[in-house]
Parts: sequence; structure tokens; C-alpha cells
Amino acid sequence: MKKKLFALALTAVLVIGCLTACGQKAEGVSGKVATDGSTSMEKVIGSLGEAFTAENEDVDFTYNPTGSGSGISSAANGTCDIGLSSRYLKDEEKEQGLEETVLAYDGIAVIVNTANGVNDLSLQQIADIYTGKITNWKEVGGADAEIVVIGREAGSGTRDGFESITGTEDACKLRQELTSTGDVIATVKSNENAIGYASLASVDETVKAVTVDGVAPSAETVLDGTYAIQRPFMLITKADTKLSDAAQAFMDYALSDEAKSVIEGAGVVPVE
Amino acid sequence: MSKTADKIMQGVFLLCGVITIACVFVITVYLIISGLPAIREIGLIEFLSGKEWASTAENPEFGILPFILTSIYGTLGAIILGVPIGFFTAVYLSKFAPVPVKKTVGFVVSLLASIPSVVYGLVGMLVLVPFVRKAFGLPDGATLFAAIIVLAIMILPSIINVSLTSLDAVPKKYEHGALALGATECETYLKVSVPAAKSGIIASVVLGTGRAIGEAMAVMMVAGNVANMPKLFGSVRFLTTAVASEMSYSSGLQQKALFSIALVLFVFIMLINMILRKVMSGGEK
Repeated sequence: MKKKLFALALTAVLVIGCLTACGQKAEGVSGKVATDGSTSMEKVIGSLGEAFTAENEDVDFTYNPTGSGSGISSAANGTCDIGLSSRYLKDEEKEQGLEETVLAYDGIAVIVNTANGVNDLSLQQIADIYTGKITNWKEVGGADAEIVVIGREAGSGTRDGFESITGTEDACKLRQELTSTGDVIATVKSNENAIGYASLASVDETVKAVTVDGVAPSAETVLDGTYAIQRPFMLITKADTKLSDAAQAFMDYALSDEAKSVIEGAGVVPVE
Repeated sequence: MSKTADKIMQGVFLLCGVITIACVFVITVYLIISGLPAIREIGLIEFLSGKEWASTAENPEFGILPFILTSIYGTLGAIILGVPIGFFTAVYLSKFAPVPVKKTVGFVVSLLASIPSVVYGLVGMLVLVPFVRKAFGLPDGATLFAAIIVLAIMILPSIINVSLTSLDAVPKKYEHGALALGATECETYLKVSVPAAKSGIIASVVLGTGRAIGEAMAVMMVAGNVANMPKLFGSVRFLTTAVASEMSYSSGLQQKALFSIALVLFVFIMLINMILRKVMSGGEK
């Protein structure tokens, strides 16, 4: 009997303790934020989600990597709070009452060895190099040497971005397929006939980023739209439906100044 | 008292044994369960004999023949280069080398064994790949050839160490007998000691083959990783690197197919082990 009483008392203490603990936690917003869409945005949306839930512990943040197209359609039919797209909305998608908010721009630099004489390539030349129509540097004003084409692995967001902008999807003839930005840069650095691509933020002075149609890649040229190899990372919402508190709080956070360093940390250029 | 201690320790040993077996069992079952759906979806023949791999294309292709052939050629190449070097090093160390040399080289070899594979890959990428490019006048040095060289170096320690141990274990009286009958040193060691140590030497080749076919990190950094049919001086992708390079962003059928590749690799390693085990037990009879 004594034991039972003791157990009861203990349970009561535990329950009260738990209740007060829970009460203390509920400061920020709570609820669910479901995002769905572009696989390329995995890194940026992942870091944003992590930073956001660190401050709002009661928020259940989910990200479903399905691709821009299905992200947009699930935003339209309401299966997610925020759709993620790495392309602009088409007119018929806007007619469904969708609204796009640019979160950041993803700029992709085309890099060559510092000893390479070629400084400028047109978007068409880059596409031709990657599809194997141009195989020698002399065809684009460089030395007489075979071009060593370096790309990223299937499923990489950078590859997806590069190929969709240059129109070379599923048509690239690569000499090396590497699995990280660092490997691409190291390989281009060690081979004077190599060409590669890497997200703008990670390019350093050990390699040379060529100008594309005369425009040098930088945060400024990406933001004003003059640099060609770039794409927007967008949050897609329904214009006529109000977001849940949690989803609205996430939107506000993602577009705040506070989140800019997180976005830069993920290797993309935040909007001004 | 000591009897109870005995019983307890027996239980501990049994538990350890069970854990090991359970790990193997769980891995096997998991690989089969997760590897079969994609094979069923793609078709076994198409999967194993298809020459095209384009896992994220609009119309995806899942043919892993290039990976299978690359893994076989790469491992064979590494064995052809690595086994003679390792074997003769072991014979020299066991039979000819003075004690200080044996000790020093033994230390260096074990150092070679403890270098992580990513370091082999890094050195290969920064030193070997540019060297291969210049030496053979290629546009790019990341080739099957570079991978074979890296693998050959990586399997050296297992070949040297295991062969050395079994050569050292050959009873001295065999050698003394041969020498007394008038055989030269070379004849004695190669015709008496080596056959006596045969099963250990074969075991060293098994270990080397296993390490070479299972290596991912180092070859990923030097082989170029493009899913071509293998050419000695072309960019190639191994079974291991096919799994490792695409796993992180994969989804859907692509991911399932990667599990199937892992299953194929697993079957390969089991086959190699079984064949060489047969050879070994045949040698002992």
C-alpha cells in the first residue's frame, strides 16, 4: 500500500514537472511547416529549416524533395504550405492563383585552369563544349588542346541547374564526373585543359571563372540578371489563401536580414 | 567458483560470436530485400547487361555492365601488378633480408596499411593523375589505369603481411633438408618454402582481391567516374563508386537501383571468396 502511494506521488510529480516544462517551451509559434519541391534547394531550405526550428522548437518542419514541377502543383492543390521552385512560374501556373517570392539566386560559375588563355565563352559555346560539339580549345580561341569536360554526378543540384540553363540535359559528354564542388575545383586546378562548373560562392582564386557573354560572375551580376548562368530559388504560395501561423513565420524568417547569412552559407545569393 | 566464471565467460564469447553472425545476417537480408525491387522493375538481364547508365535522365537507363566490367578489369589489373611485387617482397623479407631491414620494411608496410583510403585518393588525384596525363600524353589522367595503380599499391600491405607470416612459419628443417641435398638458396625458397606456404599466399591474394573490389573512396577520386565501357586510358566508374557517388541525392527507382548495384557487388565478393576458398582447401589436401 505504501509502495502504491509512493508510486502515485511520484507519477504526480512527474506529470506536473512535465506540464511545467512543456509550458515553458511554448514561446515561439507551433504547428507544421510542410515544404515540397526543387531538389536543388535542398541545401538552402535545409539550413533555413534547421535555423528556424532551432528558435521555434515546437514547429514540425518538413521538406519533400520532389522537383520544382511537383512542388508547384502541391502548393496549388494545398498538399504543402510552401512550394519550392528553381524556375519562374509559367503564366498558366500564375493563373491558378499562385504567387512567387524569390528567396535567393543560384549563380553557377564556369571555371577553367588559370593557365588557360580563354577568358570569355558564350552560353552557346559552353553548351557545345558540354555536348561534345566543340572538343578543342582552339575552336574557342584557346590553345590547340583537347577540352577535358568535367561535370557533377547525377542528382546534383549544381548539375541540374547548369544543364537546365545551358539546355544540355541528358546530353552532356563528360570526361570526369565528380561528386563535390571541391573535387571539381581541384581537378580544374591541376589540369590546364579542363573546364568545370561550380556554385558561385565556392569558386576561389586557384581557378579562373570565365565571363559568360562578356559578363563576369559575381553576386551583383547575378542579382541584376546580367550573368546568364543563374536561376531563382523561389517560395511558391497561394495568393488567396492565408498561410498557417507557423508557415507565415517561416516565410518571414526566410526573407529576413537575419536569414541572409544562412542563405549565403548554403552557397547562394540572397535577394537584396 | 572458477566453474561459474567459466560459464559466464563462455556466455560472453557466445554473445560476441552471435553478434558477428547477426551483423552478417542482417546485412545480407537487408541487401536482398532492398536490392531486389529495382531488379524486378528493370529486369535482371537488362540490368546486368545494359550498357547505358543514365539514372536521372528523362528516360532513365539502368544498365550496369560498364560498372561490372570496370570492377573486374580494375581488380584484375591491381592483382596483376600488386601480387608479384608483394609476393617477391615477402619472399625477400622472409628469407634473404637481414633483421634490421626486415624490421624497417615491416614497419613501413604496416604504415602503408594504415593510411586511410581517402589519402590514397587525394595523393592519386594530385600526383598520379597529372603524372599519367603527362606520361601518356592524354587529355586527362583520371583513367582506369590510374585506378589500377592506386589499387595495386593499396593491396600491397595485405599481400606482403599475410604471405610473410606464412613464409616465416615454414619449418626450418624443410629448407635445411633442401640445402643439404645441394639445392641453391633460390631453388630452396621458391621450390620448397613457397609451395609449403601456398595456402597462406593464396589467402593473401584473396584479401587483396577483396580489398581491391570493395574500395570506393580512393578510386572515386582517380577514375573519372563516367559510366563508360571500360578502356585502360578512359574515364570509368566502378560498382562501388556507382553506389557512392549517386547515393546522397538519389531518389525513387534510382536509389533502389543503387541498392541493387550493392547487391551485385555483394554477390561478387561472396563468389570470389568461395572460389578462392575452394582453391585453398584443394591445396591443403
